Amino acid sequence: MAHPKRKISKSRRDKRRTHYKASVPSLTTCSNCGELKLSHRACPNCGYYAGRSVFVPEG
Amino acid sequence: MRHRVKGRKLGRTASHRLATMRSLATALFLHKKIVTTLAKAKHARTFIEPMITKAKADTVHARRLVEVHIKDKEAFKELFGDIIQKVGDRPGGYTRIIKLGQRRGDAAEMAILELVDYSDIVEKEKPRKKVVKEKAETVEEANVVEETTETVEASEEVAEEAAPETEATEEPAAEETVEENAETEETPAEEAEPKAEEKKEETSDKNEDEKKDN
Repeated sequence: MAHPKRKISKSRRDKRRTHYKASVPSLTTCSNCGELKLSHRACPNCGYYAGRSVFVPEG
Repeated sequence: MRHRVKGRKLGRTASHRLATMRSLATALFLHKKIVTTLAKAKHARTFIEPMITKAKADTVHARRLVEVHIKDKEAFKELFGDIIQKVGDRPGGYTRIIKLGQRRGDAAEMAILELVDYSDIVEKEKPRKKVVKEKAETVEEANVVEETTETVEASEEVAEEAAPETEATEEPAAEETVEENAETEETPAEEAEPKAEEKKEETSDKNEDEKKDN
């Protein structure tokens, strides 16, 4: 079986990892309460989705 | 290639998966709206929707087909009474999935699985009001506690102010009993000792400072 001839140097390893980046979450404002929320999900603040109350938030 | 591979395993054996689907279906027919993980909700959809379609026929055969999965009599009655009446002649698509975001603990994507024809049912606002009331009560209690502590502090201050006066008045008329004398002598001594220590410390500090300066 083929094997690597050389150990990957720290430099090459770290250069490869420069492309591993955290993505920005796609946030929108809630149409009911105006809080920031994840798109396509019920608002955790007011419990609304698509213009109707889906659940009653605690407290 | 996962061509023509349907459904998901949910990390369960076939029997465990079937039991999960049955319990989810029973819960949905009873409550019309359930919260579960997104993966389970999506898989349950493929289990529940054909069952409602069969139930709509409302024949003895349909009842026996559904009976295989729905063992709970209440849920069974609910399906063949209320639900198929409300569903009417809707051509499929009886359920709706609303994503809720990730839950604490394992960050699993959560979702609401609900019957489309029961979307007018909104949760009661009661629990929310209770919480508000409880909060108000706790705030009031906190205020009371603060007030009491303040009054206690005030009374302590008064006592401290009053104490030297009483001692002063007692001293001329003193030497009636030994115990009283002991008490009156002890209290000033106790007060005086820490002060003396503090003064000593201060003076020592000053001395040190002076030494440093030198």
